[in-house]
Amino acid sequence: MGAQLRVYRQKIKSAQTTKKITRAMELISASRIQKAKARVAASTPFARAVTQAVSAVATYSNVAHVLTTEPETIERAAVVIFASDRGLAGAFSSQVLREAESLSELLRSQGKDIVYFLVGRKAAAYFSFRRRVSERVWTGSTDQPQYETARDISDALLEAFLREAEDGGVDEIHVVYNRFVSMVTQVPQVVRLLPLEVVEGVEEPGDTQVLPLYEFEPDVETVLDSLLPVYIESRIFNSMLQSAAAEHAARQKAMSSASDNADKLIKDYTRLSNNARQTEITSQISEIVGGADALSSAKH
Amino acid sequence: MAESSLKVSVVGADHEVWSGEASMIVARTVEGEIGILPGHEPLLAILASGEVRVTLSNGEKIVAEAADGFLSVANDVVTIVARKAELV
Repeated sequence: MGAQLRVYRQKIKSAQTTKKITRAMELISASRIQKAKARVAASTPFARAVTQAVSAVATYSNVAHVLTTEPETIERAAVVIFASDRGLAGAFSSQVLREAESLSELLRSQGKDIVYFLVGRKAAAYFSFRRRVSERVWTGSTDQPQYETARDISDALLEAFLREAEDGGVDEIHVVYNRFVSMVTQVPQVVRLLPLEVVEGVEEPGDTQVLPLYEFEPDVETVLDSLLPVYIESRIFNSMLQSAAAEHAARQKAMSSASDNADKLIKDYTRLSNNARQTEITSQISEIVGGADALSSAKH
Repeated sequence: MAESSLKVSVVGADHEVWSGEASMIVARTVEGEIGILPGHEPLLAILASGEVRVTLSNGEKIVAEAADGFLSVANDVVTIVARKAELV
Protein backbone atom coordinates (compact mmCIF):
# COMPACT_ATOMS: atom_id res chain seq x y z
CA MET A 1 0.00 0.00 0.00
CA GLY A 2 1.30 3.42 -0.88
CA ALA A 3 2.35 5.84 1.84
CA GLN A 4 -0.17 8.45 0.78
CA LEU A 5 -3.02 5.98 0.81
CA ARG A 6 -2.09 4.81 4.29
CA VAL A 7 -2.12 8.39 5.60
CA TYR A 8 -5.62 8.96 4.21
CA ARG A 9 -6.90 5.70 5.68
CA GLN A 10 -5.57 6.74 9.10
CA LYS A 11 -7.29 10.09 8.84
CA ILE A 12 -10.59 8.47 7.89
CA LYS A 13 -10.31 6.13 10.86
CA SER A 14 -9.62 9.00 13.26
CA ALA A 15 -12.53 11.05 11.90
CA GLN A 16 -14.80 8.02 12.32
CA THR A 17 -13.73 7.60 15.95
CA THR A 18 -14.29 11.28 16.64
CA LYS A 19 -17.69 11.07 15.05
CA LYS A 20 -18.67 8.20 17.30
CA ILE A 21 -17.82 10.29 20.37
CA THR A 22 -19.53 13.46 19.18
CA ARG A 23 -22.62 11.54 18.09
CA ALA A 24 -22.84 9.88 21.50
CA MET A 25 -22.49 13.22 23.29
CA GLU A 26 -25.13 14.73 21.06
CA LEU A 27 -27.56 11.96 21.93
CA ILE A 28 -26.82 12.21 25.65
CA SER A 29 -27.44 15.96 25.63
CA ALA A 30 -30.59 15.54 23.58
CA SER A 31 -31.98 13.10 26.12
CA ARG A 32 -30.97 15.22 29.12
CA ILE A 33 -32.30 18.47 27.75
CA GLN A 34 -35.91 17.38 28.15
CA LYS A 35 -35.30 16.64 31.80
CA ALA A 36 -33.48 19.93 32.29
CA LYS A 37 -36.34 21.80 30.65
CA ALA A 38 -38.82 19.99 32.86
CA ARG A 39 -36.85 20.98 35.94
CA VAL A 40 -36.87 24.63 34.85
CA ALA A 41 -40.63 24.35 34.40
CA ALA A 42 -41.06 22.61 37.76
CA SER A 43 -39.13 25.26 39.66
CA THR A 44 -41.11 28.06 38.05
CA PRO A 45 -44.15 27.94 40.40
CA PHE A 46 -41.85 28.38 43.39
CA ALA A 47 -39.94 31.24 41.76
CA ARG A 48 -43.20 32.86 40.67
CA ALA A 49 -44.77 32.57 44.11
CA VAL A 50 -41.69 34.00 45.78
CA THR A 51 -41.42 36.80 43.26
CA GLN A 52 -45.07 37.69 43.68
CA ALA A 53 -44.71 37.81 47.43
CA VAL A 54 -41.59 39.96 47.21
CA SER A 55 -43.23 42.33 44.77
CA ALA A 56 -46.22 42.50 47.09
CA VAL A 57 -43.99 43.62 49.91
CA ALA A 58 -42.17 46.05 47.66
CA THR A 59 -45.39 47.47 46.27
CA TYR A 60 -47.65 47.59 49.29
CA SER A 61 -45.30 48.55 52.04
CA ASN A 62 -42.84 51.37 52.33
CA VAL A 63 -40.56 49.82 54.87
CA ALA A 64 -36.87 50.60 54.57
CA HIS A 65 -34.96 47.36 54.72
CA VAL A 66 -31.29 46.64 54.23
CA LEU A 67 -32.06 44.30 51.36
CA THR A 68 -34.33 46.63 49.43
CA THR A 69 -32.78 50.04 49.86
CA GLU A 70 -29.85 51.08 47.77
CA PRO A 71 -26.77 52.16 49.71
CA GLU A 72 -25.48 55.65 48.89
CA THR A 73 -22.02 54.54 47.89
CA ILE A 74 -21.27 51.19 46.39
CA GLU A 75 -17.69 50.18 46.96
CA ARG A 76 -17.70 46.57 46.04
CA ALA A 77 -19.89 44.42 43.84
CA ALA A 78 -20.14 40.65 43.69
CA VAL A 79 -20.43 38.97 40.31
CA VAL A 80 -21.63 35.39 40.14
CA ILE A 81 -20.72 33.61 36.92
CA PHE A 82 -22.51 30.44 35.87
CA ALA A 83 -20.38 28.55 33.35
CA SER A 84 -20.18 24.83 32.68
CA ASP A 85 -18.06 22.06 34.15
CA ARG A 86 -17.16 20.50 30.84
CA GLY A 87 -16.31 21.95 27.47
CA LEU A 88 -17.45 20.76 24.06
CA ALA A 89 -20.47 22.99 24.25
CA GLY A 90 -19.62 25.57 21.64
CA ALA A 91 -19.49 29.14 22.87
CA PHE A 92 -21.48 28.33 26.01
CA SER A 93 -18.83 29.16 28.60
CA SER A 94 -16.94 31.74 26.59
CA GLN A 95 -20.02 33.84 25.84
CA VAL A 96 -21.01 33.99 29.49
CA LEU A 97 -17.44 34.87 30.48
CA ARG A 98 -17.33 37.56 27.81
CA GLU A 99 -20.57 39.00 29.17
CA ALA A 100 -19.09 38.93 32.68
CA GLU A 101 -15.99 40.75 31.46
CA SER A 102 -18.01 43.54 29.92
CA LEU A 103 -20.06 43.81 33.12
CA SER A 104 -16.82 43.96 35.12
CA GLU A 105 -15.56 46.74 32.90
CA LEU A 106 -18.77 48.69 33.43
CA LEU A 107 -18.62 48.22 37.20
CA ARG A 108 -14.95 49.18 37.33
CA SER A 109 -15.66 52.33 35.35
CA GLN A 110 -18.13 53.24 38.10
CA GLY A 111 -15.31 52.87 40.60
CA LYS A 112 -16.44 49.61 42.13
CA ASP A 113 -14.25 46.74 43.23
CA ILE A 114 -15.37 43.35 42.04
CA VAL A 115 -15.50 40.09 43.94
CA TYR A 116 -16.07 36.99 41.84
CA PHE A 117 -18.09 33.91 42.74
CA LEU A 118 -17.66 31.21 40.15
CA VAL A 119 -19.82 28.23 39.30
CA GLY A 120 -18.42 25.61 36.93
CA ARG A 121 -14.95 24.33 36.20
CA LYS A 122 -14.65 26.32 32.99
CA ALA A 123 -15.06 29.60 34.85
CA ALA A 124 -12.55 28.49 37.49
CA ALA A 125 -10.05 27.48 34.81
CA TYR A 126 -10.51 30.80 33.02
CA PHE A 127 -9.65 32.63 36.22
CA SER A 128 -6.76 30.46 37.35
CA PHE A 129 -5.18 30.60 33.88
CA ARG A 130 -5.18 34.39 34.09
CA ARG A 131 -4.04 34.28 37.71
CA ARG A 132 -7.06 36.20 38.86
CA VAL A 133 -8.57 35.81 42.27
CA SER A 134 -12.07 34.64 43.02
CA GLU A 135 -13.86 34.51 46.33
CA ARG A 136 -15.52 31.11 46.07
CA VAL A 137 -15.77 28.40 43.46
CA TRP A 138 -18.45 25.72 43.09
CA THR A 139 -17.88 22.90 40.66
CA GLY A 140 -19.22 19.48 39.86
CA SER A 141 -22.92 19.85 39.23
CA THR A 142 -23.56 22.40 36.52
CA ASP A 143 -25.37 19.95 34.27
CA GLN A 144 -27.62 18.64 37.04
CA PRO A 145 -27.92 21.40 39.65
CA GLN A 146 -28.90 20.53 43.19
CA TYR A 147 -30.96 22.80 45.42
CA GLU A 148 -28.34 22.39 48.16
CA THR A 149 -25.74 24.02 45.93
CA ALA A 150 -28.09 26.92 45.28
CA ARG A 151 -28.60 27.30 49.00
CA ASP A 152 -24.85 27.18 49.60
CA ILE A 153 -24.24 29.84 46.98
CA SER A 154 -26.93 32.15 48.26
CA ASP A 155 -25.75 31.70 51.85
CA ALA A 156 -22.26 32.75 50.81
CA LEU A 157 -23.68 35.70 48.85
CA LEU A 158 -25.91 36.90 51.66
CA GLU A 159 -23.08 36.54 54.15
CA ALA A 160 -20.87 38.74 51.94
CA PHE A 161 -23.75 41.14 51.41
CA LEU A 162 -24.52 41.56 55.09
CA ARG A 163 -20.87 42.09 56.02
CA GLU A 164 -19.76 45.69 56.35
CA ALA A 165 -17.93 47.13 53.36
CA GLU A 166 -14.85 47.78 55.51
CA ASP A 167 -14.58 44.08 56.28
CA GLY A 168 -14.71 43.13 52.63
CA GLY A 169 -18.47 42.91 52.26
CA VAL A 170 -20.25 43.67 49.02
CA ASP A 171 -23.03 46.17 48.36
CA GLU A 172 -24.30 44.73 45.12
CA ILE A 173 -24.80 41.27 43.69
CA HIS A 174 -24.95 40.53 39.99
CA VAL A 175 -25.41 37.17 38.33
CA VAL A 176 -24.37 36.25 34.80
CA TYR A 177 -25.80 33.10 33.25
CA ASN A 178 -26.95 31.63 29.97
CA ARG A 179 -30.69 31.82 29.61
CA PHE A 180 -32.36 29.01 27.75
CA VAL A 181 -34.43 30.61 25.01
CA SER A 182 -34.85 27.70 22.65
CA MET A 183 -32.97 24.66 21.42
CA VAL A 184 -30.90 26.86 19.13
CA THR A 185 -30.62 30.08 21.13
CA GLN A 186 -29.04 30.62 24.51
CA VAL A 187 -28.56 34.20 25.56
CA PRO A 188 -26.12 35.35 28.23
CA GLN A 189 -28.09 37.28 30.80
CA VAL A 190 -27.00 39.76 33.46
CA VAL A 191 -29.31 40.27 36.42
CA ARG A 192 -28.79 42.38 39.49
CA LEU A 193 -30.06 40.37 42.44
CA LEU A 194 -29.38 42.83 45.22
CA PRO A 195 -30.36 45.54 45.92
CA LEU A 196 -33.67 44.21 44.71
CA GLU A 197 -34.69 44.75 41.16
CA VAL A 198 -37.95 42.92 40.83
CA VAL A 199 -38.28 42.52 37.12
CA GLU A 200 -40.76 39.76 36.51
CA GLY A 201 -44.20 38.94 37.72
CA VAL A 202 -44.94 42.33 39.23
CA GLU A 203 -48.67 42.45 39.34
CA GLU A 204 -50.13 45.82 38.69
CA PRO A 205 -53.22 46.30 40.80
CA GLY A 206 -56.25 46.33 38.52
CA ASP A 207 -58.57 49.29 38.29
CA THR A 208 -61.53 47.42 39.70
CA GLN A 209 -59.96 46.41 42.96
CA VAL A 210 -58.94 48.50 45.89
CA LEU A 211 -55.25 48.46 46.68
CA PRO A 212 -54.99 45.73 49.29
CA LEU A 213 -53.30 46.56 52.54
CA TYR A 214 -51.05 43.72 53.49
CA GLU A 215 -50.98 42.30 56.94
CA PHE A 216 -47.63 40.88 57.99
CA GLU A 217 -47.09 38.22 60.52
CA PRO A 218 -45.19 38.59 62.84
CA ASP A 219 -44.08 41.96 61.37
CA VAL A 220 -42.72 43.48 58.19
CA GLU A 221 -39.05 43.29 59.10
CA THR A 222 -39.16 39.65 60.15
CA VAL A 223 -41.08 38.70 57.06
CA LEU A 224 -38.59 40.52 54.84
CA ASP A 225 -35.68 39.02 56.72
CA SER A 226 -36.85 35.51 56.03
CA LEU A 227 -38.39 36.16 52.63
CA LEU A 228 -35.42 37.68 50.88
CA PRO A 229 -32.96 34.81 51.42
CA VAL A 230 -35.61 32.52 49.95
CA TYR A 231 -36.02 34.91 47.06
CA ILE A 232 -32.29 34.97 46.39
CA GLU A 233 -32.11 31.20 46.65
CA SER A 234 -34.91 30.68 44.21
CA ARG A 235 -33.37 33.14 41.75
CA ILE A 236 -29.98 31.44 42.05
CA PHE A 237 -31.54 28.01 41.65
CA ASN A 238 -33.53 29.20 38.66
CA SER A 239 -30.36 30.63 37.10
CA MET A 240 -28.59 27.30 37.64
CA LEU A 241 -31.40 25.34 36.04
CA GLN A 242 -31.62 27.75 33.11
CA SER A 243 -27.88 27.50 32.70
CA ALA A 244 -28.02 23.70 32.80
CA ALA A 245 -30.74 23.55 30.16
CA ALA A 246 -28.80 26.03 28.03
CA GLU A 247 -25.64 23.96 28.48
CA HIS A 248 -27.30 20.82 27.19
CA ALA A 249 -28.81 22.70 24.25
CA ALA A 250 -25.46 24.31 23.41
CA ARG A 251 -23.67 20.98 23.67
CA GLN A 252 -26.21 19.23 21.51
CA LYS A 253 -25.86 21.88 18.84
CA ALA A 254 -22.06 21.90 19.00
CA MET A 255 -21.86 18.12 18.89
CA SER A 256 -24.32 17.82 16.05
CA SER A 257 -22.27 20.21 13.93
CA ALA A 258 -19.11 18.37 14.98
CA SER A 259 -20.65 15.11 13.76
CA ASP A 260 -21.59 16.80 10.49
CA ASN A 261 -18.04 18.08 10.11
CA ALA A 262 -16.68 14.60 10.79
CA ASP A 263 -18.99 13.26 8.10
CA LYS A 264 -17.67 15.81 5.67
CA LEU A 265 -14.06 14.99 6.57
CA ILE A 266 -14.69 11.29 6.10
CA LYS A 267 -16.24 11.96 2.70
CA ASP A 268 -13.37 14.21 1.59
CA TYR A 269 -10.70 11.80 2.75
CA THR A 270 -12.48 8.87 1.14
CA ARG A 271 -12.40 10.73 -2.18
CA LEU A 272 -8.73 11.51 -1.71
CA SER A 273 -7.88 7.94 -0.75
CA ASN A 274 -9.81 6.57 -3.75
CA ASN A 275 -7.85 8.96 -5.89
CA ALA A 276 -4.58 7.83 -4.35
CA ARG A 277 -5.51 4.18 -4.81
CA GLN A 278 -6.39 4.77 -8.46
CA THR A 279 -3.12 6.61 -9.04
CA GLU A 280 -1.28 3.70 -7.47
CA ILE A 281 -3.07 1.16 -9.68
CA THR A 282 -2.47 3.27 -12.76
CA SER A 283 1.21 3.52 -12.05
CA GLN A 284 1.39 -0.22 -11.34
CA ILE A 285 -0.32 -0.99 -14.65
CA SER A 286 1.93 1.34 -16.57
CA GLU A 287 4.93 -0.30 -14.88
CA ILE A 288 3.71 -3.77 -15.91
CA VAL A 289 2.92 -2.63 -19.44
CA GLY A 290 6.26 -0.86 -19.63
CA GLY A 291 8.02 -3.98 -18.34
CA ALA A 292 6.19 -6.24 -20.83
CA ASP A 293 7.01 -3.84 -23.64
CA ALA A 294 10.63 -3.86 -22.70
CA LEU A 295 10.67 -7.67 -22.55
CA SER A 296 8.93 -8.13 -25.91
CA SER A 297 11.15 -5.57 -27.63
CA ALA A 298 14.22 -7.33 -26.14
CA LYS A 299 13.09 -10.66 -27.76
CA HIS A 300 13.00 -9.16 -31.23
CA MET B 1 -68.50 35.79 50.11
CA ALA B 2 -69.74 32.54 51.60
CA GLU B 3 -70.07 30.73 48.24
CA SER B 4 -66.69 31.79 46.93
CA SER B 5 -63.68 29.61 47.39
CA LEU B 6 -59.96 29.99 47.76
CA LYS B 7 -57.50 29.22 45.01
CA VAL B 8 -54.75 27.37 46.79
CA SER B 9 -51.36 26.27 45.65
CA VAL B 10 -48.80 24.51 47.78
CA VAL B 11 -45.40 24.93 46.21
CA GLY B 12 -42.11 23.26 47.11
CA ALA B 13 -38.68 24.34 45.97
CA ASP B 14 -38.51 22.14 42.91
CA HIS B 15 -42.09 21.21 42.20
CA GLU B 16 -45.69 22.17 42.76
CA VAL B 17 -47.08 19.91 45.48
CA TRP B 18 -50.77 20.58 45.16
CA SER B 19 -53.12 23.16 43.74
CA GLY B 20 -56.84 23.51 43.60
CA GLU B 21 -59.88 25.09 45.16
CA ALA B 22 -60.58 25.02 48.87
CA SER B 23 -62.99 26.49 51.35
CA MET B 24 -60.68 26.78 54.33
CA ILE B 25 -57.03 26.56 55.20
CA VAL B 26 -55.45 26.15 58.59
CA ALA B 27 -51.73 26.73 58.80
CA ARG B 28 -49.25 27.21 61.58
CA THR B 29 -47.30 30.45 61.44
CA VAL B 30 -44.57 31.49 63.83
CA GLU B 31 -47.19 33.27 65.91
CA GLY B 32 -49.59 30.38 66.09
CA GLU B 33 -52.23 28.68 64.04
CA ILE B 34 -54.17 30.75 61.57
CA GLY B 35 -57.34 29.90 59.72
CA ILE B 36 -58.09 31.44 56.37
CA LEU B 37 -61.53 31.66 54.83
CA PRO B 38 -62.54 33.27 51.54
CA GLY B 39 -62.44 37.04 51.76
CA HIS B 40 -59.46 37.13 54.08
CA GLU B 41 -57.44 40.30 54.00
CA PRO B 42 -54.07 40.21 52.21
CA LEU B 43 -51.52 38.55 54.41
CA LEU B 44 -47.93 37.53 54.33
CA ALA B 45 -46.84 35.26 57.14
CA ILE B 46 -43.86 33.12 57.97
CA LEU B 47 -44.70 29.48 58.47
CA ALA B 48 -43.48 27.49 61.39
CA SER B 49 -42.77 23.91 60.50
CA GLY B 50 -45.92 21.92 60.79
CA GLU B 51 -49.07 20.89 59.04
CA VAL B 52 -51.10 22.86 56.59
CA ARG B 53 -54.66 21.57 56.56
CA VAL B 54 -56.71 22.33 53.51
CA THR B 55 -60.47 21.74 53.54
CA LEU B 56 -61.77 21.34 50.04
CA SER B 57 -65.07 22.73 48.85
CA ASN B 58 -66.68 19.28 49.05
CA GLY B 59 -65.58 18.78 52.63
CA GLU B 60 -62.60 16.57 51.91
CA LYS B 61 -59.41 17.31 53.75
CA ILE B 62 -55.84 17.44 52.55
CA VAL B 63 -52.88 17.67 54.88
CA ALA B 64 -49.49 18.89 53.73
CA GLU B 65 -46.29 19.04 55.68
CA ALA B 66 -44.56 22.37 55.14
CA ALA B 67 -41.39 23.65 56.72
CA ASP B 68 -39.26 26.69 56.20
CA GLY B 69 -41.58 28.79 54.13
CA PHE B 70 -44.29 31.37 54.11
CA LEU B 71 -47.92 31.91 53.35
CA SER B 72 -49.35 34.61 51.20
CA VAL B 73 -52.99 35.55 50.78
CA ALA B 74 -54.27 38.07 48.27
CA ASN B 75 -57.65 38.26 46.55
CA ASP B 76 -58.62 34.76 47.65
CA VAL B 77 -55.45 33.36 46.15
CA VAL B 78 -53.47 31.51 48.77
CA THR B 79 -49.92 30.46 48.11
CA ILE B 80 -48.03 28.30 50.52
CA VAL B 81 -44.39 28.36 49.60
CA ALA B 82 -41.98 26.13 51.44
CA ARG B 83 -38.55 24.80 50.70
CA LYS B 84 -39.75 21.47 51.94
CA ALA B 85 -43.36 20.71 51.19
CA GLU B 86 -45.00 17.33 51.01
CA LEU B 87 -48.46 15.90 51.05
CA VAL B 88 -49.12 13.63 53.99
